[in-house]
Amino acid sequence: MDGSSCYDALILSRSRKPEFSGSVEEETATVQGNNPVCGDRVTLSLRATDGTIHAVRHQTRGCAICMASADLMAEAVTGSSITDALELGRRFADMLETPSSQNMIADEDVLPVGLQAFRPLRTHRSRLRCATLPWTALGEALTQ
Amino acid sequence: MNIAEIRAQFPILSEKVHGKPLVFLDSAASAQKPDVVIDAMAQMMRSQYANIHRGLHWMSERATEAYEVSRNRVASFLGGAREEIVFTRNSTEAINLVAYSYGSLLKPGQAVLISEMEHHANLVPWQMLRDRAGIELRVAPITDDGDLDLDAYGRLLSDGRVALVAITHMSNVLGTITPAERLVTMAHDAGAKILLDGSQAVVHRKIDVQKLGVDFYVFTGHKLYGPTGIGVLWARRELLEAMPPFMGGGDMISHVTFERSTWAPIPAKFEAGTPAIVEAIGLGTAIDWVENIGYEAIGAHEAALTAHALRVLPEVPGFSVVGKPKERGGVISFTMEDVHPHDIATLLDRNGIAVRAGHHCAEPLMHRLGLTATARASFGIYTTEEEIDTLAETLRRIRQFFV
Ligand SMILES: Cc1ncc(COP(=O)(O)O)c(C=O)c1O
Repeated sequence: MDGSSCYDALILSRSRKPEFSGSVEEETATVQGNNPVCGDRVTLSLRATDGTIHAVRHQTRGCAICMASADLMAEAVTGSSITDALELGRRFADMLETPSSQNMIADEDVLPVGLQAFRPLRTHRSRLRCATLPWTALGEALTQ
Repeated sequence: MNIAEIRAQFPILSEKVHGKPLVFLDSAASAQKPDVVIDAMAQMMRSQYANIHRGLHWMSERATEAYEVSRNRVASFLGGAREEIVFTRNSTEAINLVAYSYGSLLKPGQAVLISEMEHHANLVPWQMLRDRAGIELRVAPITDDGDLDLDAYGRLLSDGRVALVAITHMSNVLGTITPAERLVTMAHDAGAKILLDGSQAVVHRKIDVQKLGVDFYVFTGHKLYGPTGIGVLWARRELLEAMPPFMGGGDMISHVTFERSTWAPIPAKFEAGTPAIVEAIGLGTAIDWVENIGYEAIGAHEAALTAHALRVLPEVPGFSVVGKPKERGGVISFTMEDVHPHDIATLLDRNGIAVRAGHHCAEPLMHRLGLTATARASFGIYTTEEEIDTLAETLRRIRQFFV
């Protein structure tokens, strides 16, 4: 429908049927991310040892974008090092927040396809926070 | 009432949003402004602007007169005396004024009674007072339909310790119009004063503070087709006279030495500093404009729109209206199965339709309703049935898109 460009098919399908919801066994960290403006809430549960993220699950109460972002984030960082995950979060935020003209590195080169699905959000500034909320929570969980 | 003629007076309504005609269904957050208001303010700045109450020169005298004429307009609009009208920045500041000033006269052991459906503006200032002054804050519950629970309200008043009731006259979330006269009588019978938050109510119905019998009434200009930055506190003369000033500064004093100051008479005592002069002129003009159309016509138009909306919207698959109050104004909060309110608002926006989504500055109410967010369509003088049909039709497509 008109104006639905920010809802990539991948976002829609993951918001309907998340693949990484729930909580992990032998959890090493859990953290809650809240957006006080809209009431969205993401609870992350993860297992990370020796600088590596072995598993991430989320319980999300929020809009389609927030739900899909939490799910695709979990997929993207499973198995990666903590350093790489934090870097990926920064790149993701950069993709959304930096005007394309100033974006020196093409997103295609550095971001998994799943995360590029959020790119059209650049023109929906009021919704950026929905996509970045899970990443903010992850950053907190990994650095606490 | 000729809607086409009215719409023609709102230049913004012919704007396009994302290439679509603007369908503005967010008047409860802030209403659009008619030409007369915009022009009156521009005219003031072009031809008769100066600070007020200060200059001995011609321009200042004219500006002062215009500002005071606006106060007279507000006074007759509410049915109060001109000395009883205090200009504030908005409803929020008016309520804070009462919480600080009248609140400072309360003693531990006394209570303030609010309701479960208050806007944060009529909740947080009382929490702050509670924490400052050691008073109790009581909350009157609502029913599942979204009406105030009058039995519970009576019980909360019954020990005679409530000094002040502060309750909304119309909910910005549920549209509920509260039974003001009953609330006032019950409060007074229990020895309490009562403040009504008229931010929403004043847009939809004629307010007469004498008839209502209230002690404090507040509203905000920008929802009443006026500008931002101007709001009103009306309070009974004897209350204002007994209350200490809220803020100190110029205009609110009678005499100042380094040792002490004495206060100006009301209402100046509560208007420290240069006020929103141009905005006061805008508000006076907006009130003239509204009264010229007439509350009877406005009420009939909004009742017809609300009835139409409550007929066509629930036919959208998955749609549900939040709340079923006995009496309601032109505000409808809703949810749609399988689609989050924010996604609804984003897609409506991309189709030119402005609604609000979120907790509407009433988080505790959302919690009470078991929700985290709703979408809300609200109607103004300029809203048409066709716009509501467009909303319904677009909601249908949004739902199809997500399911
Ligand atoms: C019921 C109610 N009370 C208070 C307010 C606060 O108004 P303002 O933000 O203009 O102070 C609003 C609107 O936002 C409202 O709807």
